[in-house]
Amino acid sequence: MIKLRRYLAESAFPSALGIGLFILLWGLLAQGNETLPGPIKTWDSAVALFSDPFCQNGPNDQGIGWNILNSLGRVGIGFGLAALIGIPLGFMIGRFIFLDKMTSPIVSMLRPVSPLAWLPIGLLVFQAANPAAIWVIFISSIWPMIINTAMGVRQLPQDYLNVARVLNLSEWKVFTKILFPATLPYMLTGIRLAIGTAWLVIVAAEMLTGGVGIGFWVWDEWNNLNVEHIIIAIFVVGIVGLLLEMLLIQIAKRFSY
Amino acid sequence: MKKYVQIENVQMSFETKQGAFVALKDIDLKIDPGEFITLIGHSGCGKSTLLNLIAGLLMPTDGIMLCADREIAGPGPDRGVVFQNHSLLPWLTCFENVHLAVERVFGQTEDKAKLAQRTHEALELVHLTHASQKYPHEISGGMKQRVGIARALSMQPKVLLMDEPFGALDALTRAHLQDELMKIAADTRSTVVMVTHDVDEAVLLSDRIVMMTNGPAATIGEILTVDLPKPRNRLALANDVHYHRLRGAVLEFLYQKQAKKAA
Repeated sequence: MIKLRRYLAESAFPSALGIGLFILLWGLLAQGNETLPGPIKTWDSAVALFSDPFCQNGPNDQGIGWNILNSLGRVGIGFGLAALIGIPLGFMIGRFIFLDKMTSPIVSMLRPVSPLAWLPIGLLVFQAANPAAIWVIFISSIWPMIINTAMGVRQLPQDYLNVARVLNLSEWKVFTKILFPATLPYMLTGIRLAIGTAWLVIVAAEMLTGGVGIGFWVWDEWNNLNVEHIIIAIFVVGIVGLLLEMLLIQIAKRFSY
Repeated sequence: MKKYVQIENVQMSFETKQGAFVALKDIDLKIDPGEFITLIGHSGCGKSTLLNLIAGLLMPTDGIMLCADREIAGPGPDRGVVFQNHSLLPWLTCFENVHLAVERVFGQTEDKAKLAQRTHEALELVHLTHASQKYPHEISGGMKQRVGIARALSMQPKVLLMDEPFGALDALTRAHLQDELMKIAADTRSTVVMVTHDVDEAVLLSDRIVMMTNGPAATIGEILTVDLPKPRNRLALANDVHYHRLRGAVLEFLYQKQAKKAA
Protein backbone atom coordinates (compact mmCIF):
# COMPACT_ATOMS: atom_id res chain seq x y z
CA MET A 1 0.00 0.00 0.00
CA ILE A 2 2.80 2.37 0.97
CA LYS A 3 4.75 1.17 -2.05
CA LEU A 4 1.84 1.99 -4.33
CA ARG A 5 1.43 5.43 -2.79
CA ARG A 6 5.11 6.16 -3.25
CA TYR A 7 4.98 4.98 -6.83
CA LEU A 8 2.02 7.25 -7.49
CA ALA A 9 3.71 10.22 -5.84
CA GLU A 10 7.16 9.74 -7.35
CA SER A 11 6.51 8.37 -10.83
CA ALA A 12 2.92 8.30 -11.92
CA PHE A 13 1.94 11.77 -10.76
CA PRO A 14 4.76 13.74 -12.46
CA SER A 15 4.25 11.81 -15.70
CA ALA A 16 0.50 12.38 -15.66
CA LEU A 17 1.05 16.05 -14.88
CA GLY A 18 3.45 16.38 -17.82
CA ILE A 19 1.02 14.77 -20.24
CA GLY A 20 -1.83 16.87 -18.87
CA LEU A 21 0.09 20.12 -19.29
CA PHE A 22 1.14 19.10 -22.79
CA ILE A 23 -2.48 18.52 -23.83
CA LEU A 24 -3.54 21.77 -22.18
CA LEU A 25 -0.87 23.71 -24.08
CA TRP A 26 -1.89 22.00 -27.31
CA GLY A 27 -5.55 22.90 -26.66
CA LEU A 28 -4.62 26.56 -26.01
CA LEU A 29 -2.57 26.72 -29.20
CA ALA A 30 -5.43 25.17 -31.18
CA GLN A 31 -7.86 27.73 -29.73
CA GLY A 32 -6.08 30.60 -31.41
CA ASN A 33 -5.45 28.76 -34.65
CA GLU A 34 -8.17 27.74 -37.09
CA THR A 35 -6.11 25.15 -38.99
CA LEU A 36 -4.67 23.21 -36.03
CA PRO A 37 -7.21 20.74 -34.60
CA GLY A 38 -7.44 20.58 -30.83
CA PRO A 39 -7.15 17.52 -28.57
CA ILE A 40 -10.86 16.80 -28.46
CA LYS A 41 -11.35 16.94 -32.20
CA THR A 42 -8.28 14.75 -32.72
CA TRP A 43 -9.53 12.27 -30.12
CA ASP A 44 -12.90 11.96 -31.85
CA SER A 45 -11.17 11.43 -35.15
CA ALA A 46 -8.87 8.80 -33.59
CA VAL A 47 -11.83 6.93 -32.10
CA ALA A 48 -13.43 6.79 -35.55
CA LEU A 49 -10.16 5.72 -37.12
CA PHE A 50 -9.39 2.97 -34.63
CA SER A 51 -12.95 1.63 -34.64
CA ASP A 52 -12.10 -0.14 -37.89
CA PRO A 53 -8.32 -0.37 -38.11
CA PHE A 54 -8.27 -3.09 -40.75
CA CYS A 55 -10.73 -1.73 -43.30
CA GLN A 56 -9.92 -2.10 -46.99
CA ASN A 57 -11.26 0.63 -49.30
CA GLY A 58 -8.90 0.34 -52.25
CA PRO A 59 -5.13 0.73 -52.39
CA ASN A 60 -5.02 4.32 -51.10
CA ASP A 61 -7.53 4.00 -48.29
CA GLN A 62 -6.64 1.24 -45.91
CA GLY A 63 -7.11 1.11 -42.14
CA ILE A 64 -4.51 2.48 -39.74
CA GLY A 65 -3.74 -1.07 -38.62
CA TRP A 66 -2.63 -2.06 -42.13
CA ASN A 67 -0.47 1.03 -42.37
CA ILE A 68 1.29 0.28 -39.10
CA LEU A 69 1.75 -3.40 -39.96
CA ASN A 70 3.15 -2.60 -43.39
CA SER A 71 5.65 -0.15 -41.95
CA LEU A 72 6.62 -2.60 -39.22
CA GLY A 73 7.02 -5.29 -41.87
CA ARG A 74 9.44 -3.17 -43.89
CA VAL A 75 11.39 -2.26 -40.77
CA GLY A 76 11.41 -5.93 -39.75
CA ILE A 77 12.79 -7.15 -43.07
CA GLY A 78 15.36 -4.35 -43.51
CA PHE A 79 16.41 -4.60 -39.89
CA GLY A 80 16.55 -8.39 -39.96
CA LEU A 81 18.79 -8.40 -43.03
CA ALA A 82 21.00 -5.79 -41.41
CA ALA A 83 21.30 -7.96 -38.28
CA LEU A 84 22.06 -11.01 -40.40
CA ILE A 85 24.97 -9.24 -42.08
CA GLY A 86 25.94 -6.58 -39.53
CA ILE A 87 26.34 -8.78 -36.44
CA PRO A 88 28.68 -11.41 -37.96
CA LEU A 89 30.58 -8.59 -39.65
CA GLY A 90 30.86 -6.81 -36.31
CA PHE A 91 32.24 -9.99 -34.71
CA MET A 92 34.88 -10.32 -37.39
CA ILE A 93 35.84 -6.65 -37.26
CA GLY A 94 36.14 -6.87 -33.48
CA ARG A 95 38.21 -10.05 -33.58
CA PHE A 96 40.64 -9.20 -36.38
CA ILE A 97 42.50 -5.91 -36.16
CA PHE A 98 43.41 -6.10 -39.84
CA LEU A 99 39.76 -6.22 -40.83
CA ASP A 100 39.02 -3.40 -38.42
CA LYS A 101 41.64 -1.15 -39.99
CA MET A 102 40.45 -2.17 -43.44
CA THR A 103 36.79 -1.32 -42.88
CA SER A 104 37.10 1.58 -40.48
CA PRO A 105 37.52 4.39 -43.08
CA ILE A 106 34.52 3.15 -45.07
CA VAL A 107 32.30 2.77 -42.03
CA SER A 108 33.33 6.16 -40.65
CA MET A 109 32.62 7.84 -43.97
CA LEU A 110 29.29 6.19 -44.73
CA ARG A 111 27.81 6.20 -41.24
CA PRO A 112 27.00 9.94 -41.06
CA VAL A 113 25.23 9.89 -44.44
CA SER A 114 21.47 10.24 -44.14
CA PRO A 115 19.99 6.85 -45.05
CA LEU A 116 17.54 8.62 -47.39
CA ALA A 117 20.42 9.52 -49.66
CA TRP A 118 20.60 5.80 -50.45
CA LEU A 119 17.00 5.72 -51.67
CA PRO A 120 17.74 6.61 -55.32
CA ILE A 121 20.38 3.88 -55.44
CA GLY A 122 17.82 1.44 -54.09
CA LEU A 123 15.23 2.55 -56.67
CA LEU A 124 17.79 2.23 -59.42
CA VAL A 125 18.96 -1.24 -58.41
CA PHE A 126 15.64 -2.80 -57.42
CA GLN A 127 13.41 -0.92 -59.89
CA ALA A 128 10.63 -0.95 -57.29
CA ALA A 129 9.55 1.23 -54.37
CA ASN A 130 9.07 -1.41 -51.71
CA PRO A 131 12.51 -3.05 -51.87
CA ALA A 132 14.03 0.43 -52.07
CA ALA A 133 12.37 1.39 -48.77
CA ILE A 134 13.62 -1.85 -47.19
CA TRP A 135 17.08 -1.08 -48.54
CA VAL A 136 17.04 2.31 -46.80
CA ILE A 137 16.09 0.64 -43.52
CA PHE A 138 18.84 -1.90 -44.03
CA ILE A 139 21.44 0.85 -44.51
CA SER A 140 20.22 2.88 -41.55
CA SER A 141 20.30 -0.03 -39.11
CA ILE A 142 23.47 -1.82 -40.15
CA TRP A 143 25.96 0.75 -38.78
CA PRO A 144 25.01 0.66 -35.09
CA MET A 145 24.96 -3.13 -35.23
CA ILE A 146 28.43 -3.41 -36.77
CA ILE A 147 29.94 -0.77 -34.50
CA ASN A 148 28.45 -1.97 -31.22
CA THR A 149 29.10 -5.65 -31.86
CA ALA A 150 32.72 -4.91 -32.79
CA MET A 151 33.11 -2.78 -29.66
CA GLY A 152 31.71 -5.57 -27.51
CA VAL A 153 34.17 -8.07 -28.94
CA ARG A 154 37.07 -5.66 -28.45
CA GLN A 155 36.13 -5.02 -24.82
CA LEU A 156 36.18 -8.69 -23.94
CA PRO A 157 38.09 -8.86 -20.62
CA GLN A 158 41.53 -10.48 -20.87
CA ASP A 159 40.55 -12.62 -17.86
CA TYR A 160 37.97 -14.50 -19.90
CA LEU A 161 40.44 -15.06 -22.72
CA ASN A 162 42.95 -16.41 -20.20
CA VAL A 163 40.30 -18.84 -18.95
CA ALA A 164 39.77 -19.95 -22.53
CA ARG A 165 43.50 -20.44 -22.94
CA VAL A 166 44.18 -22.39 -19.75
CA LEU A 167 41.15 -24.59 -20.36
CA ASN A 168 42.32 -24.99 -23.95
CA LEU A 169 38.81 -24.47 -25.27
CA SER A 170 38.04 -25.04 -28.93
CA GLU A 171 37.26 -22.02 -31.14
CA TRP A 172 33.61 -23.03 -31.16
CA LYS A 173 33.44 -23.25 -27.36
CA VAL A 174 35.23 -19.92 -27.06
CA PHE A 175 32.58 -18.40 -29.29
CA THR A 176 29.51 -19.97 -27.70
CA LYS A 177 30.61 -19.88 -24.05
CA ILE A 178 32.70 -16.72 -23.89
CA LEU A 179 32.70 -14.42 -26.90
CA PHE A 180 28.99 -14.48 -27.69
CA PRO A 181 27.63 -14.09 -24.14
CA ALA A 182 30.20 -11.42 -23.32
CA THR A 183 29.29 -9.45 -26.44
CA LEU A 184 25.55 -9.91 -26.15
CA PRO A 185 24.84 -6.77 -24.05
CA TYR A 186 26.76 -4.61 -26.55
CA MET A 187 25.01 -6.30 -29.43
CA LEU A 188 21.62 -5.59 -27.86
CA THR A 189 22.56 -1.92 -27.49
CA GLY A 190 23.38 -1.91 -31.19
CA ILE A 191 20.07 -3.55 -31.99
CA ARG A 192 18.20 -1.03 -29.86
CA LEU A 193 19.90 1.92 -31.55
CA ALA A 194 19.34 0.33 -34.95
CA ILE A 195 15.65 -0.25 -34.46
CA GLY A 196 15.25 3.30 -33.16
CA THR A 197 16.89 4.73 -36.26
CA ALA A 198 15.01 2.37 -38.57
CA TRP A 199 11.68 3.39 -37.14
CA LEU A 200 12.72 7.03 -37.43
CA VAL A 201 13.68 6.64 -41.06
CA ILE A 202 10.73 4.54 -42.25
CA VAL A 203 8.30 7.50 -42.11
CA ALA A 204 10.50 9.61 -44.37
CA ALA A 205 11.29 6.72 -46.71
CA GLU A 206 7.63 5.84 -47.15
CA MET A 207 6.72 9.48 -47.83
CA LEU A 208 9.02 9.25 -50.82
CA THR A 209 8.19 5.75 -52.01
CA GLY A 210 4.43 5.64 -51.43
CA GLY A 211 2.40 2.46 -50.96
CA VAL A 212 0.67 1.31 -47.80
CA GLY A 213 2.50 2.45 -44.69
CA ILE A 214 2.36 4.98 -41.91
CA GLY A 215 4.76 7.36 -43.66
CA PHE A 216 2.87 7.50 -46.89
CA TRP A 217 -0.38 7.77 -44.96
CA VAL A 218 0.92 10.98 -43.36
CA TRP A 219 1.73 12.36 -46.80
CA ASP A 220 -1.63 11.24 -48.17
CA GLU A 221 -3.52 12.90 -45.34
CA TRP A 222 -1.51 16.07 -45.92
CA ASN A 223 -2.74 16.04 -49.50
CA ASN A 224 -6.26 15.52 -48.14
CA LEU A 225 -5.62 18.34 -45.64
CA ASN A 226 -6.72 16.00 -42.84
CA VAL A 227 -4.58 17.48 -40.09
CA GLU A 228 -6.18 15.39 -37.32
CA HIS A 229 -4.92 12.25 -39.00
CA ILE A 230 -1.43 13.67 -39.29
CA ILE A 231 -1.38 14.37 -35.56
CA ILE A 232 -2.71 10.88 -34.88
CA ALA A 233 0.05 9.47 -37.07
CA ILE A 234 2.66 11.35 -35.03
CA PHE A 235 1.30 9.84 -31.83
CA VAL A 236 1.09 6.38 -33.37
CA VAL A 237 4.67 6.52 -34.63
CA GLY A 238 5.82 7.76 -31.24
CA ILE A 239 3.97 5.09 -29.27
CA VAL A 240 5.07 2.23 -31.53
CA GLY A 241 8.68 3.47 -31.30
CA LEU A 242 8.39 3.64 -27.52
CA LEU A 243 7.01 0.10 -27.34
CA LEU A 244 9.83 -1.25 -29.51
CA GLU A 245 12.36 0.48 -27.29
CA MET A 246 10.77 -0.85 -24.11
CA LEU A 247 10.66 -4.37 -25.51
CA LEU A 248 14.37 -4.28 -26.32
CA ILE A 249 15.25 -2.81 -22.92
CA GLN A 250 13.39 -5.72 -21.31
CA ILE A 251 15.35 -8.19 -23.46
CA ALA A 252 18.62 -6.42 -22.63
CA LYS A 253 17.85 -6.59 -18.90
CA ARG A 254 17.49 -10.33 -19.16
CA PHE A 255 21.04 -10.59 -20.52
CA SER A 256 22.97 -8.18 -18.31
CA TYR A 257 25.36 -9.74 -15.83
CA MET B 1 52.13 -40.91 -13.24
CA LYS B 2 55.12 -38.87 -12.26
CA LYS B 3 54.21 -35.29 -11.53
CA TYR B 4 56.80 -32.60 -11.52
CA VAL B 5 57.97 -29.33 -12.93
CA GLN B 6 61.46 -28.54 -14.06
CA ILE B 7 62.67 -25.03 -14.84
CA GLU B 8 66.23 -24.53 -16.11
CA ASN B 9 68.01 -21.30 -16.85
CA VAL B 10 64.84 -19.51 -17.74
CA GLN B 11 64.93 -15.89 -18.79
CA MET B 12 61.97 -13.72 -19.63
CA SER B 13 62.10 -10.31 -21.23
CA PHE B 14 59.35 -8.14 -22.61
CA GLU B 15 59.57 -5.81 -25.58
CA THR B 16 58.80 -2.27 -24.52
CA LYS B 17 59.12 1.10 -26.21
CA GLN B 18 62.36 1.64 -24.29
CA GLY B 19 63.79 -1.65 -25.55
CA ALA B 20 63.84 -5.07 -23.99
CA PHE B 21 62.86 -5.24 -20.33
CA VAL B 22 64.34 -8.25 -18.54
CA ALA B 23 61.80 -9.39 -15.97
CA LEU B 24 63.34 -12.71 -14.94
CA LYS B 25 66.75 -14.27 -15.42
CA ASP B 26 68.62 -17.40 -14.39
CA ILE B 27 65.60 -19.09 -12.89
CA ASP B 28 66.32 -22.67 -11.85
CA LEU B 29 63.72 -24.62 -9.97
CA LYS B 30 62.76 -28.25 -9.67
CA ILE B 31 59.47 -29.17 -8.10
CA ASP B 32 58.82 -32.67 -6.79
CA PRO B 33 55.51 -34.43 -7.12
CA GLY B 34 53.15 -33.55 -4.31
CA GLU B 35 55.20 -30.57 -3.25
CA PHE B 36 53.59 -27.33 -2.16
CA ILE B 37 55.69 -24.39 -3.36
CA THR B 38 55.01 -20.73 -2.73
CA LEU B 39 56.62 -17.89 -4.63
CA ILE B 40 57.05 -14.80 -2.52
CA GLY B 41 58.60 -11.41 -3.20
CA HIS B 42 57.83 -7.73 -3.43
CA SER B 43 55.38 -6.60 -6.05
CA GLY B 44 57.01 -6.29 -9.45
CA CYS B 45 59.49 -9.08 -8.75
CA GLY B 46 58.06 -11.23 -11.50
CA LYS B 47 56.52 -13.95 -9.37
CA SER B 48 53.29 -13.82 -11.35
CA THR B 49 55.35 -13.84 -14.55
CA LEU B 50 57.03 -17.04 -13.40
CA LEU B 51 53.65 -18.58 -12.66
CA ASN B 52 52.33 -17.55 -16.08
CA LEU B 53 55.40 -19.14 -17.65
CA ILE B 54 54.63 -22.46 -15.94
CA ALA B 55 50.98 -22.06 -16.98
CA GLY B 56 52.13 -21.56 -20.56
CA LEU B 57 50.35 -18.22 -20.86
CA LEU B 58 53.78 -16.69 -21.54
CA MET B 59 56.70 -18.18 -23.41
CA PRO B 60 60.21 -17.77 -21.96
CA THR B 61 62.74 -15.91 -24.09
CA ASP B 62 65.38 -18.39 -23.03
CA GLY B 63 65.71 -21.61 -21.04
CA ILE B 64 63.91 -24.89 -20.68
CA MET B 65 60.59 -25.53 -18.99
CA LEU B 66 59.27 -29.02 -18.51
CA CYS B 67 56.15 -30.41 -16.90
CA ALA B 68 56.22 -34.17 -16.33
CA ASP B 69 59.10 -34.49 -18.79
CA ARG B 70 57.23 -32.68 -21.54
CA GLU B 71 58.11 -29.24 -22.76
CA ILE B 72 55.66 -26.51 -21.81
CA ALA B 73 54.59 -25.16 -25.20
CA GLY B 74 51.40 -23.42 -24.19
CA PRO B 75 48.56 -23.65 -21.71
CA GLY B 76 47.28 -27.14 -21.13
CA PRO B 77 44.89 -29.03 -18.89
CA ASP B 78 47.81 -30.75 -17.13
CA ARG B 79 48.31 -27.42 -15.34
CA GLY B 80 45.22 -26.08 -13.61
CA VAL B 81 45.22 -22.35 -12.95
CA VAL B 82 43.38 -20.48 -10.20
CA PHE B 83 43.29 -16.78 -10.98
CA GLN B 84 43.50 -13.98 -8.48
CA ASN B 85 40.10 -12.59 -9.38
CA HIS B 86 38.39 -16.01 -9.74
CA SER B 87 37.63 -15.40 -13.46
CA LEU B 88 34.39 -17.31 -13.44
CA LEU B 89 32.15 -16.76 -16.43
CA PRO B 90 29.21 -14.73 -15.08
CA TRP B 91 26.64 -16.19 -17.49
CA LEU B 92 27.28 -19.76 -16.35
CA THR B 93 26.26 -21.34 -13.05
CA CYS B 94 28.95 -22.70 -10.74
CA PHE B 95 28.18 -26.16 -12.07
CA GLU B 96 28.48 -25.03 -15.69
CA ASN B 97 31.72 -23.18 -14.98
CA VAL B 98 33.31 -26.33 -13.62
CA HIS B 99 31.65 -28.51 -16.24
CA LEU B 100 33.27 -26.46 -19.01
CA ALA B 101 36.67 -27.59 -17.78
CA VAL B 102 35.61 -31.19 -17.14
CA GLU B 103 34.07 -31.46 -20.58
CA ARG B 104 37.24 -30.20 -22.22
CA VAL B 105 39.49 -32.72 -20.52
CA PHE B 106 37.30 -35.81 -20.28
CA GLY B 107 34.58 -35.12 -22.89
CA GLN B 108 36.26 -37.27 -25.54
CA THR B 109 36.48 -40.39 -23.43
CA GLU B 110 33.63 -40.34 -20.94
CA ASP B 111 29.84 -40.19 -21.16
CA LYS B 112 27.64 -37.37 -19.94
CA ALA B 113 26.72 -38.96 -16.63
CA LYS B 114 30.39 -39.43 -15.76
CA LEU B 115 31.18 -35.82 -16.68
CA ALA B 116 28.37 -34.55 -14.48
CA GLN B 117 29.59 -36.79 -11.67
CA ARG B 118 33.11 -35.41 -11.96
CA THR B 119 31.71 -31.87 -11.80
CA HIS B 120 29.71 -32.73 -8.69
CA GLU B 121 32.74 -34.30 -7.06
CA ALA B 122 34.86 -31.22 -7.72
CA LEU B 123 32.24 -28.96 -6.17
CA GLU B 124 31.85 -31.35 -3.25
CA LEU B 125 35.58 -31.17 -2.63
CA VAL B 126 35.28 -27.41 -1.96
CA HIS B 127 31.96 -27.88 -0.09
CA LEU B 128 29.85 -26.05 -2.62
CA THR B 129 27.34 -28.71 -3.62
CA HIS B 130 24.54 -26.50 -2.34
CA ALA B 131 25.57 -23.60 -4.59
CA SER B 132 26.08 -25.54 -7.80
CA GLN B 133 23.06 -24.02 -9.53
CA LYS B 134 23.87 -20.46 -8.45
CA TYR B 135 25.45 -17.82 -10.65
CA PRO B 136 28.76 -16.23 -9.62
CA HIS B 137 27.12 -12.90 -8.73
CA GLU B 138 24.86 -14.72 -6.27
CA ILE B 139 27.69 -16.08 -4.11
CA SER B 140 30.39 -14.51 -1.91
CA GLY B 141 33.99 -13.77 -2.93
CA GLY B 142 35.33 -16.71 -0.96
CA MET B 143 32.83 -19.05 -2.59
CA LYS B 144 33.78 -17.79 -6.05
CA GLN B 145 37.40 -18.53 -5.33
CA ARG B 146 36.43 -22.02 -4.19
CA VAL B 147 34.60 -22.58 -7.49
CA GLY B 148 37.79 -21.44 -9.22
CA ILE B 149 39.76 -24.04 -7.26
CA ALA B 150 37.15 -26.69 -8.05
CA ARG B 151 37.38 -25.81 -11.74
CA ALA B 152 41.16 -26.16 -11.71
CA LEU B 153 41.13 -29.41 -9.70
CA SER B 154 38.35 -30.97 -11.78
CA MET B 155 40.79 -31.30 -14.68
CA GLN B 156 43.00 -33.51 -12.49
CA PRO B 157 46.03 -31.41 -13.32
CA LYS B 158 49.58 -32.53 -12.69
CA VAL B 159 50.22 -29.14 -11.13
CA LEU B 160 47.86 -26.64 -9.55
CA LEU B 161 48.96 -23.06 -10.19
CA MET B 162 47.53 -20.32 -8.01
CA ASP B 163 48.12 -16.61 -8.51
CA GLU B 164 47.49 -14.88 -5.18
CA PRO B 165 44.23 -16.80 -4.92
CA PHE B 166 43.22 -15.35 -1.57
CA GLY B 167 44.63 -11.83 -2.04
CA ALA B 168 41.24 -10.22 -2.54
CA LEU B 169 39.55 -11.87 0.42
CA ASP B 170 39.11 -10.69 4.00
CA ALA B 171 41.40 -12.18 6.67
CA LEU B 172 38.85 -14.59 8.16
CA THR B 173 37.71 -15.99 4.84
CA ARG B 174 41.33 -16.26 3.77
CA ALA B 175 42.27 -18.31 6.85
CA HIS B 176 39.29 -20.56 6.27
CA LEU B 177 40.23 -21.17 2.63
CA GLN B 178 43.88 -21.75 3.52
CA ASP B 179 42.81 -24.52 5.89
CA GLU B 180 40.60 -25.99 3.20
CA LEU B 181 43.35 -25.79 0.59
CA MET B 182 45.77 -27.56 2.95
CA LYS B 183 43.30 -30.38 3.35
CA ILE B 184 42.49 -30.61 -0.36
CA ALA B 185 46.16 -30.58 -1.33
CA ALA B 186 46.86 -33.37 1.15
CA ASP B 187 43.83 -35.43 0.10
CA THR B 188 44.48 -35.14 -3.63
CA ARG B 189 48.27 -35.20 -3.23
CA SER B 190 48.42 -32.24 -5.59
CA THR B 191 51.56 -30.48 -6.64
CA VAL B 192 50.91 -26.81 -6.02
CA VAL B 193 52.71 -23.63 -7.04
CA MET B 194 51.21 -20.58 -5.40
CA VAL B 195 52.11 -16.92 -5.68
CA THR B 196 51.58 -14.96 -2.48
CA HIS B 197 52.69 -11.83 -0.69
CA ASP B 198 51.53 -13.07 2.67
CA VAL B 199 54.37 -14.42 4.84
CA ASP B 200 52.10 -16.33 7.22
CA GLU B 201 50.30 -17.95 4.33
CA ALA B 202 53.60 -19.01 2.78
CA VAL B 203 54.94 -20.59 5.97
CA LEU B 204 51.66 -22.25 6.86
CA LEU B 205 51.09 -23.91 3.50
CA SER B 206 54.47 -24.52 1.90
CA ASP B 207 56.95 -27.32 1.76
CA ARG B 208 59.38 -24.84 0.26
CA ILE B 209 59.23 -21.07 -0.02
CA VAL B 210 60.86 -19.61 -3.12
CA MET B 211 61.94 -16.07 -2.28
CA MET B 212 62.55 -13.80 -5.21
CA THR B 213 64.84 -10.79 -5.49
CA ASN B 214 63.54 -7.44 -6.63
CA GLY B 215 63.15 -6.74 -10.33
CA PRO B 216 64.14 -5.86 -12.96
CA ALA B 217 66.03 -9.02 -13.85
CA ALA B 218 64.66 -10.73 -10.77
CA THR B 219 65.80 -14.19 -9.87
CA ILE B 220 65.44 -16.69 -7.07
CA GLY B 221 67.18 -15.28 -4.01
CA GLU B 222 66.78 -18.05 -1.48
CA ILE B 223 64.73 -21.17 -1.09
CA LEU B 224 63.53 -21.94 2.41
CA THR B 225 62.48 -25.45 3.31
CA VAL B 226 59.57 -25.48 5.72
CA ASP B 227 60.07 -28.66 7.70
CA LEU B 228 57.07 -28.29 9.98
CA PRO B 229 55.21 -31.57 10.29
CA LYS B 230 51.92 -31.98 8.43
CA PRO B 231 49.02 -31.71 8.93
CA ARG B 232 49.58 -28.25 10.32
CA ASN B 233 47.29 -26.40 12.63
CA ARG B 234 47.38 -22.63 12.64
CA LEU B 235 46.51 -22.37 16.34
CA ALA B 236 49.23 -24.77 17.42
CA LEU B 237 51.75 -23.02 15.18
CA ALA B 238 50.97 -19.65 16.73
CA ASN B 239 53.11 -20.64 19.73
CA ASP B 240 55.60 -22.82 17.85
CA VAL B 241 59.18 -21.57 18.14
CA HIS B 242 60.29 -23.16 14.89
CA TYR B 243 57.36 -21.63 13.00
CA HIS B 244 58.42 -18.20 14.21
CA ARG B 245 62.02 -18.86 13.25
CA LEU B 246 60.94 -19.73 9.69
CA ARG B 247 58.64 -16.76 9.55
CA GLY B 248 61.49 -14.57 10.75
CA ALA B 249 63.73 -15.89 7.97
CA VAL B 250 61.23 -14.89 5.30
CA LEU B 251 60.70 -11.50 6.86
CA GLU B 252 64.43 -10.94 7.04
CA PHE B 253 64.80 -11.76 3.37
CA LEU B 254 61.95 -9.48 2.34
CA TYR B 255 62.59 -6.50 4.58
CA GLN B 256 66.34 -6.58 5.10
CA LYS B 257 68.12 -8.30 2.22
CA GLN B 258 65.60 -7.21 -0.38
CA ALA B 259 64.29 -4.10 1.34
CA LYS B 260 62.35 -2.03 -1.09
CA LYS B 261 62.25 1.72 -0.97
CA ALA B 262 58.78 3.07 -0.55
CA ALA B 263 57.33 3.52 -3.98
